[in-house]
Amino acid sequence: MVAFWMLATILIVSAVWTVVAAKPVYSVVALLLNFAALAVVYLTLSAEFLAVIQIIVYSGAILVLFVFVIALLSSGVAPFATGPNRLPKIWMPAAAVVLAALGFLISAIAHAPPATAPASGPVGSQGVFGSIADFGKALFTVQLLPFEVTALVLMVAVIGVITLGGEQMREAGPRAQAATDRRMREAILREGKG
Amino acid sequence: MPVPTGHYVALAAVIFFIGVLGVIVRRNPLIMLMSIELMLNAGNLLLVAFARAWLQNAGQIFAFIVITVAAAEAAIGLAIIVTTFRPARFVDVDDVRSLHG
Repeated sequence: MVAFWMLATILIVSAVWTVVAAKPVYSVVALLLNFAALAVVYLTLSAEFLAVIQIIVYSGAILVLFVFVIALLSSGVAPFATGPNRLPKIWMPAAAVVLAALGFLISAIAHAPPATAPASGPVGSQGVFGSIADFGKALFTVQLLPFEVTALVLMVAVIGVITLGGEQMREAGPRAQAATDRRMREAILREGKG
Repeated sequence: MPVPTGHYVALAAVIFFIGVLGVIVRRNPLIMLMSIELMLNAGNLLLVAFARAWLQNAGQIFAFIVITVAAAEAAIGLAIIVTTFRPARFVDVDDVRSLHG
């Protein structure tokens, strides 16, 4: 119980920090803290495999992608580093969202199912709820169709990214060629002067 | 003493609405995308908490699939952001002249 309250505090503080941070880099750091704390919460819910996947996929892949994009963009676009804040303009919808959240919170706590006892038996062994053995077995037998659909989703994502990046490359092709030509002309001029 | 499922539901709701507020208030595309990640994580927390409550690991498998979808969404979203906001059309270290004397 104490662990839950500590983790909940870390999760909420880091989530707020992600949203209010002035620069995207600080948001990424806060989000990293959030994902790490969430991985520990998954462990307390005996979802061992998900805790590992959370660290590998979210902290390892997605956040690194964010850092790359920040490094790529913030060098050239000055206002991109901070961006405007629209809170003064839209405080009414924001207040409505907060009220809806409070209502949802109260009804959720009132209607939630009771707590279940923690898993018994050695951690991770077959037959204990949440063990990696059971997870893998279910993933490749009962839940095989969703797993295969996941492959399709990733395929669509890859094709989408290539389509988006490919347009840019086609556009950049002749311009990159022109830049090379210009550099060569300048080099020849310099040689002529010297 | 096990933690009641309602506590996890409340925690997920708080994180989800922090993410909603982030998308509504912030206009920086990267921070908006990160807020969407927060919302997806709140949904995942709910799936895992209810999987624990009913002792069915289908919820965990669905959370795993949501993580995959989140990875695909981040890749596509960041690609869109890069194509929209990229200042220079190509990256070539030989073309960098800012420090040229």
